[in-house]
Amino acid sequence: MYEGAVQDLIDELGRLPGVGPKSAQRIAFHLLQADPDDVKRLVEALTEVKQRVRFCQTCGNVAEAEQCRICADARRDRTSICVVEEPKDVVAIERTREFKGRYHVLGGAISPIDGIGPEDLRMTELMSRLASGEVTEIIIATDPNLEGEATASYLARLLRPMGLRVTRLASGLPVGGDLEYADEVTLGRAFEGRRLIDV
Amino acid sequence: MHVRHLTLKDFRSYPTAELALTPGVTTLVGLNGQGKTNLVEAIGYLATLGSHRVATDQPLVRFGAEQAIVRGAVVRDGRETMVELEITPGRANRARLGRAPVARPRDVLGTVRTVLFAPEDLALVKGDPSERRRFLDELLVQRQPRWSGVRSDYDKIVRQRGALLKSAAPLFRTRGGKRAGRHTPRPGEPPTDEARDAALHTLDVWDSHLATVGAQLLYARLRLLRDLVPDLAQCYDAVSASAANARAVYRSSLHDEVAARIADGDVPEVEQLREAILHTLEQVRDREIERGVCLVGPHRDDLVLSLGELPAKGYASHGESWSFALGLKLAAYRLLRRDLGDDPVLILDDVFAELDVGRRERLGELIADCEQVLITAAVGADVPEQLRESGTTYAVELGHVGAPLPASPPSSPNAVFEVERGGAPVSSLNTREFDSELDEPEPADD
Repeated sequence: MYEGAVQDLIDELGRLPGVGPKSAQRIAFHLLQADPDDVKRLVEALTEVKQRVRFCQTCGNVAEAEQCRICADARRDRTSICVVEEPKDVVAIERTREFKGRYHVLGGAISPIDGIGPEDLRMTELMSRLASGEVTEIIIATDPNLEGEATASYLARLLRPMGLRVTRLASGLPVGGDLEYADEVTLGRAFEGRRLIDV
Repeated sequence: MHVRHLTLKDFRSYPTAELALTPGVTTLVGLNGQGKTNLVEAIGYLATLGSHRVATDQPLVRFGAEQAIVRGAVVRDGRETMVELEITPGRANRARLGRAPVARPRDVLGTVRTVLFAPEDLALVKGDPSERRRFLDELLVQRQPRWSGVRSDYDKIVRQRGALLKSAAPLFRTRGGKRAGRHTPRPGEPPTDEARDAALHTLDVWDSHLATVGAQLLYARLRLLRDLVPDLAQCYDAVSASAANARAVYRSSLHDEVAARIADGDVPEVEQLREAILHTLEQVRDREIERGVCLVGPHRDDLVLSLGELPAKGYASHGESWSFALGLKLAAYRLLRRDLGDDPVLILDDVFAELDVGRRERLGELIADCEQVLITAAVGADVPEQLRESGTTYAVELGHVGAPLPASPPSSPNAVFEVERGGAPVSSLNTREFDSELDEPEPADD
């Protein structure tokens, strides 16, 4: 145990995801020795993020205004919505530059063990976005794990009767990888989802 | 296949241990509590990533140490592979194959294959259904490692669905009852129809997951059992010199005509099993919600063992129960041998003491042609003489494996010891002897 303030800092850092007690200690001592200006910038960034960043009222993505950059962008296609679990998934899909529609961030996936049911996710908000009839396609891009799949099936059951085109991102082999390194489940999925080659 | 060399560090009672092994029969003799079983337990761990004695990893690590290391050099078809496992309780284990780390420990499954028979296996006959399910599932994984993934997915689905049922139960109770969980409305408010609908819709989703993965697991178990049953009867009779008609019948938790087909030894198609699971789930839904427990699926199934017309559980004598458990393990051995065209390592932990003289001799004959057999015994004389003579016998004393006992004639090919560490016979697991050669010095008080 260290004296007062140092130990407080270590404890706080240790509560961050991915930071264990050893790392917390290392970061704390790094900060102690760092230039005061550097620390000040970090403090400002932390305060700023809590003060200015909010969640987009439409899609639930992180935003600095009522609407996020993507929802506010008039050039985005208003007929398709891509449903993801977390804001970081939006960033991942945006990097592809493939998708021109808009997003809907659920804020997690259905996981009864963690006490997360559909009513804890932003599903009602999604339904109200669909009310206008403008949207014709929903792309479900939840994580390809059990909880993500469960959320996807739940959504599909809900959305299909509404006459929308509901699709799920494909699972399969990573591009640029070696077939021999793929695990059986992925390889099995890739077989299921195989496609005709266009000649 | 056979294990050529085993290295332990901080595993159970061994601060360090080096043990060279040869094909054929190796007998480890020593008094109780000297560390014989620890050695074979380590080899079993390499094969299954679990101990046959304890459910958690904590007892495997030597008291006071942070992690244990088990490393085995395995020879198959003349090629040697090194497998290493780092067991750290409370954290994910790490594994290496050859010299390279693998992404997940379960990637090393299948490198070492063992069939281990120990006193604990009596629970296969006398214990809960979970013991028999575990036997089937572990054999499934040894046969095809990919089932390890399906099994863990299935367990996760059952846990998720169980949690959902528990939290949904209060919504459907008419009045009173304990209200907990986030699915329930705030105290004082009666549950709304929307909340009920949401819970039922979510349940539908988990039902379909459970049926899809559960059907695969069920199908795999049934196919495995179909292949295992003929060997079971033969092995039981061979050990007990009888014609007792030892049988194993799968009893599924399905309420469906498919359940009757399964009991008759039929293996329905995966799709039929899926339909049957879904159908049964529909039937028991009210009861599941009422009790908050997942009542249908491979996790509720059992394997009914019988001798002649009588169930083994409750009716078989102690000796018969032993022979039955042994029959199951020997059948598993034959199945793996046939399937993979290669002998797994057969481990018989403290088995001979429990068998009468006739059964000992017959078991000895049955296993004489196995590529590698590791036997532990408190009393050397319990092990049939022909086995001890054809193989090597070590005395194990307080975590120290002594020089081979004279019982084994040096002319026998199996009794030739590997020589290592500057020509000294591999005699020893003695920790002090190797202190100077270890990379990391051991604490002096060891």
